[in-house]
Formats: sequence, structure tokens, C-alpha cells
Amino acid sequence: MAIPRAEIETKVSEVLESALGADAEDIVPTAILTEDLGAESIDFLDIQFQLEKKFSTPEKPFKIEQGELFPENMMSNPDFVKEGKFTDAGMKVLREKMPHVDLAVFEGDRNVKGIAKLFTVKSLCDFIEIKLKK
Amino acid sequence: MRWMWIDTIVAYEPDRRLVAIKNVSLAEEHLHEHFAADGALPAQPVMPASLMIEGMAQTAGILAGSVRRFREKVVLAKIQKAEITADVVPGQCIRYDARIERVDPMGAGTSGTIERLDHRTGAWEKIGETEIMFSHVDQNMSGLAFPEHNFVFSDSFRNVLRASGLGHLMD
Repeated sequence: MAIPRAEIETKVSEVLESALGADAEDIVPTAILTEDLGAESIDFLDIQFQLEKKFSTPEKPFKIEQGELFPENMMSNPDFVKEGKFTDAGMKVLREKMPHVDLAVFEGDRNVKGIAKLFTVKSLCDFIEIKLKK
Repeated sequence: MRWMWIDTIVAYEPDRRLVAIKNVSLAEEHLHEHFAADGALPAQPVMPASLMIEGMAQTAGILAGSVRRFREKVVLAKIQKAEITADVVPGQCIRYDARIERVDPMGAGTSGTIERLDHRTGAWEKIGETEIMFSHVDQNMSGLAFPEHNFVFSDSFRNVLRASGLGHLMD
């Protein structure tokens, strides 16, 4: 059964409050997990685990595979990243694997340092919504 | 040598749960400083809460390491929750009961309860709860290179496992 968007947003907000110690008023759709909410690398795994718990039901477990929510093992692959920038092949993988992030701004720069900025509160909610529809 | 804050492992359920014991003794020097007599206040030796968290981290860390047969370097990454509601004094015993919540190639999430045994009553009493995350550090290097040998699960850990009858897990 589909979960209303408002419920997804509430649950995502609860996860971010718990994982990042963020204040509820700071958890707005455009907030960037790293810059605005203070997420560090291990927090991404914490967020992943907590989302799984939050959206799992006894009938339907909600399991997020490695690299499904956040890109992993891409940075060290020379096919995907060269001289600190995503290659065409890397961008193709990002587009295919991460429909929940808005790559429009990133297309021009492609600098790996900027990838963390793609992950906003909205991108998490989009990820959940897309995954629940599958 | 690594400073071990557990004495023995008393229960092990593969990939699920590990329980360790720590006996608190007045022979431990650190208790004499925590807290030493101060003026009119008499000495009040209690097990530091920070070291109880370390004891749970060692217990849960061994459990997390055992899931992948100690091939991963499992390091403490995040303490999401640590609540300890009562003191443990010399002569009492601490039980760390750690459970795996989730394991991923990148790391593991654990939950735990801390209990104390008062030998006068013979009763275990729950005094704390933890949620601790571990990172499989080789999978989260961020460009850093770590030594190839598993420096996390050193001889100190091996000795505890062997003495607890679990040495085969590290073979």
C-alpha cells in the first residue's frame, strides 16, 4: 500500500532528527544533509539503517542495498571518476541508479567534492517514494 | 597491548548476539581515582560510565567482527545512544548483552543492554542501554590506506575469545 507523501516526510524527518541530532525546523526539503544538517560519512549508514527500520512492515521488509541510496565504490573506479570529476560513464550510472537526486546543477561541474550536496531532505523523500512504488 | 574491558564471553549466538562479563575489582587502579577522597568527602570508587561504554563497544565489536569471520577491520564509528542509570561498584559484576540490528558491507548497527549483578542479592538489574554503529574501515577509507593485517582484532581479543571457548571463530 502506498504511503502518503506527508507521512514519508514525517518519518524521514524523524530519522534525521535521530541520526543527526538536527532540529525539526531545520529539516526542510532543500536542506543539504552534509552542509545544512551536519551529516558526516558514517551518518549516511546510520540514516540508511534507520530508514530501513522506519519503513519496514512485518509483511514487507524495506531493505536498501549498498549503493542504492548513496553512491558507493564509484569514486575509486577510474571508469567513473577521472581527475576528480565524474566521466560520462559515471554520470550515466548516477542517472540510472539515482533517480532520486537532481543532477541538473551537477552536470556542468561534475566535481566529486560536490556530490554530497546532491543529497537533500527532498532527495531522501523521493528515494523512499520511488522505492515504495516498485 | 589493548586494554580489555571485558573478562569473558558467556553467550554467543552466531550473527545475532554476544554476551560478555566484566568483574569490577578494587584492585583496578583507575577506581581509586574515580573518585578519590576529597577533603571531607570519602573515596567513592565507581566504574566510570565511559569505560562501560567501551566494554559494550568491545562486546558488540567482537559480535560485529564475527559476522564476517573477523576479515573486516571493525571500528567504532558512532554511539547513537548510551544511557547508564546506576553506578557499578567494586565487587559487582557487569553484563554486556549485545545484539546485531543490521549488517551491511559498509558497517554494522548494534543494540545492547547493560546489567549489574550484586552478589548480596544474586539479582541482575538492568542499568543501561546502548546503540552503537561500527564501520568496516577498509570499505570506508576515503582515500586512506590502512595496514593490511587486522590491527583491530589483536591478540588481546583473540585471547578473550580463546579463553571463552570461541577461539575457533578466529581460525
